[in-house]
Amino acid sequence: MPRATSDARLLIQSLSKAYAATPTNLKIIDMYVVFAVATALIQVGYMGLVGSFPFNSFLSGVLSCIGTAVLAVCLRIQVNKDNKEFKDLPPERAFADFVLCNLVLHLVIMNFLG
Amino acid sequence: LKETSASPPPLLFLLSPHPPELCFSAAMPQTQSSTAASGGGGRLRDAFGGVLCAFTLLLIGLLAFSIRLFSVIKYESVIHEFDPYFNYRVTQFLSKNGVYEFWNWFDDRTWYPLGRVIGGTVYPGLTLTAGTIWWLLNSLNIPLSVETVCVFTAPIFSANASWATYLLTKEARGPGAGLMAAAILAMVPSYISRSVAGSYDNEAVAIFALIFTFYLYVKTLNTGSLFYAALNSLSYFYMVCSWGGYTFIINLIPMHVLLCIVTGRYSSRLYIAYAPLIVLGTLLAALVPVVGFNAVMTSEHFASFLVFIILHVVAMVYYIKGLLTPRLFKVAMTFVITVGLAVCFAVAAVLIALVASSPTKGWSGRSLSLLDPTYASKYIPIIASVSEHQPPTWPSYFMDINVLAFLSCFLPLSDASSFLVLYLVTSVYFSGVMVRLMLVLAPAACILSGIALSGAFSVLTRSMKFQRQTSENAGDGSSNALANSETASKEKPSKKNRKRDKDSEGSSPADHMTEEKLLVLPCGPAAVGIMLLIILSGFYVIHCVWAAAEAYSAPSIVLTSRSHDGLHVFDDFREAYGWMRHNTDVDDKVASWWDYGYQTTAMANRTVLVDNNTWNNTHIATVGTAMASPEKEAWEIFSSLDVKYVLVVFGGLIGYPSDDINKFLWMVRIGGGVFPHIKEADYLRDGNYCVDAHGTPTMLNSLMYKLCYYRFVETDGKGFDRVRRYEIGKKHFKLTHFEEVFTTHHWMVRVYKLKPQKNRVRGKLKLKPAGRSSSKANSMRKIGGKKNPWQ
Repeated sequence: MPRATSDARLLIQSLSKAYAATPTNLKIIDMYVVFAVATALIQVGYMGLVGSFPFNSFLSGVLSCIGTAVLAVCLRIQVNKDNKEFKDLPPERAFADFVLCNLVLHLVIMNFLG
Repeated sequence: LKETSASPPPLLFLLSPHPPELCFSAAMPQTQSSTAASGGGGRLRDAFGGVLCAFTLLLIGLLAFSIRLFSVIKYESVIHEFDPYFNYRVTQFLSKNGVYEFWNWFDDRTWYPLGRVIGGTVYPGLTLTAGTIWWLLNSLNIPLSVETVCVFTAPIFSANASWATYLLTKEARGPGAGLMAAAILAMVPSYISRSVAGSYDNEAVAIFALIFTFYLYVKTLNTGSLFYAALNSLSYFYMVCSWGGYTFIINLIPMHVLLCIVTGRYSSRLYIAYAPLIVLGTLLAALVPVVGFNAVMTSEHFASFLVFIILHVVAMVYYIKGLLTPRLFKVAMTFVITVGLAVCFAVAAVLIALVASSPTKGWSGRSLSLLDPTYASKYIPIIASVSEHQPPTWPSYFMDINVLAFLSCFLPLSDASSFLVLYLVTSVYFSGVMVRLMLVLAPAACILSGIALSGAFSVLTRSMKFQRQTSENAGDGSSNALANSETASKEKPSKKNRKRDKDSEGSSPADHMTEEKLLVLPCGPAAVGIMLLIILSGFYVIHCVWAAAEAYSAPSIVLTSRSHDGLHVFDDFREAYGWMRHNTDVDDKVASWWDYGYQTTAMANRTVLVDNNTWNNTHIATVGTAMASPEKEAWEIFSSLDVKYVLVVFGGLIGYPSDDINKFLWMVRIGGGVFPHIKEADYLRDGNYCVDAHGTPTMLNSLMYKLCYYRFVETDGKGFDRVRRYEIGKKHFKLTHFEEVFTTHHWMVRVYKLKPQKNRVRGKLKLKPAGRSSSKANSMRKIGGKKNPWQ
């Protein structure tokens, strides 16, 4: 048991140390992802309180949060300098793709919100 | 996310596009000298190759368009079969009234007295596409009618589909294979059967959308670009709009992602290809009214969500693995697994309880009948009775995809080709369940055999080219074959003359990331191989053209037959619908079996009780019961539904086998499924279905028998039925509750009118109708049959 807790503490320490080494722009994207997922969870909690009518609004709200989180993760993949697959993709292009996909996503959301 | 520490096998180089020389060698065997390696010569060759590719694609598109025009040439530019007439009617409405009216249209001319919400129950892709084309052409002052646009939509989109096949195969293998696959798809009979000019059905645009969606998915997987992911979602949206078969895509792609994860091919491009598609795709699918909330609530979509979660878990695992040292990672894994398994079990238990509570486990009836082929025949006779839902026979495989059944190649194995293999295997399974789904198998078969043929051709032509250039032997040893098809086994490899291609000229073997030596054969067998392959392709082309001309071009609304005294044309269907259009009131209701519902509403413009949509089993069972009951009971059922005319199709005079007497047993089965007083055994004599003198009295008294054979004995004096091939049982009888108003020229369609009730009832049975029905009930109980719900 004590070995488990010390292992767990060591684990968390090394995780946080390794994470602190990531560049700032990636950390910003990570914060955005956390914010989006938290918003989705709040919406699900609210739905649990008041019921799911109208269902299409609930779906569009939750899926827009999850969608923008997923797109942000894709952006992070493409912008990360450690990723050898994307080393000749300029980050401006990655960001432009991100904006385009978000536009499509939010257009669909606006349509579905009801 | 960082790149994975356990990198996938070094196959990334294979994803780089092949040089245009491959396009060259597949197109023409004699190429320019390969020693023109200067930059200018190379660019000129590239440009020439590109132009040749484009020109070949144009020819392939023309081929796909023109091979489907046989029906227009042999018959006329008319809409075929049954379902296309409904789509045609909807397109007419759309072109006349605009999009908003179309979305909100409630159709009261069908399923009387229930009506049908068209906006919410139709897949709008096809009608919107054709409507857009019509509107575009008319705004350019090209005055094509709606019917012309509808008839030619399918050939246009089959040309588009072959171009999409070129793109997909080019992504998976290279331009040469792409051209081959596109040419094969342009002609494959199973696709022609559903997309001939005049077959205005959902599959005409849906197959194009399917291939194009797969192409964009493979392209996103290969390039990892979010732009293509967005395009992929939009193309998936178009597919959802077009066809109910979109569930194939939304289950195949998760299967492929799972396969990639399990075989260790996880990469960040996989995440980019899959995750945005699921989120955007689900939203877009939910936008289409006919799918609606089914996009998140039915079992058909659960696989995609499950794999979505699994993918995120795997991505997180790879990310953490990159952050930590291996020892700490092991600690993290043990910790996560113990907690994670507990959570997983809880969630799975909840999910299983939810799903098990619904009787069909969340799947719709049609999907269940695909997964369990015996489901439909046990529970839903309507689905089992549709002819295109029967399992195919072995010869139909050869008829529909011909030699492609024996050609297939998927080396080298990459993400894209593993996807194609999975596509082929699943579509083979589903085509074995339902003959209609041979159509989904066709593109897979075409692509893989295109790769095989192109590979074979490139090996053979390279052999011939290389034999002519070099004369010294420089090599020994075996090598891997590039083409793995059965036809390659026709070539006789000889160990002595194997040479090493180009490795001797260019970089040293250590530069190549694999030890793949390219196979080169001696000149003689290579030439023989090329000849044989060309002959094989020639057989394929001949078969396709024959199938298109003879087997799949019949519009089935006009029939022809050749006899010694020339060509007979049977236009009885349109004759009957035209008569009804001009000789009945606009508000009259017509009752017939559901096969003819769409045609009746579209051509005769009358309200029908049941049509090909078959969404209400009880209503169809009502009509079936009426057809199977004696005259009086049938009259009462029909008059309770305000029916004025009854239509039957009868083929006994000319030998047309798909008439209502042959479909009658299905009417009995479906009616008996809902109303138990109709028992199938009553209509069979010793288990045989017959309408001659041995027929059971229930059979010979049924409305269908009477309406079909009324006055039939007057045609030849004996009443010989040319379809059943015997004389009928009851020859001379009168109709008491119906009167014949129209019979077409060849007796194929017969229209009857319900006689109005008598004003005055004579005899013992006085004015009270209750008295009449009570005596009827007494007589029924005397016979001992089940209680008839209409009395």
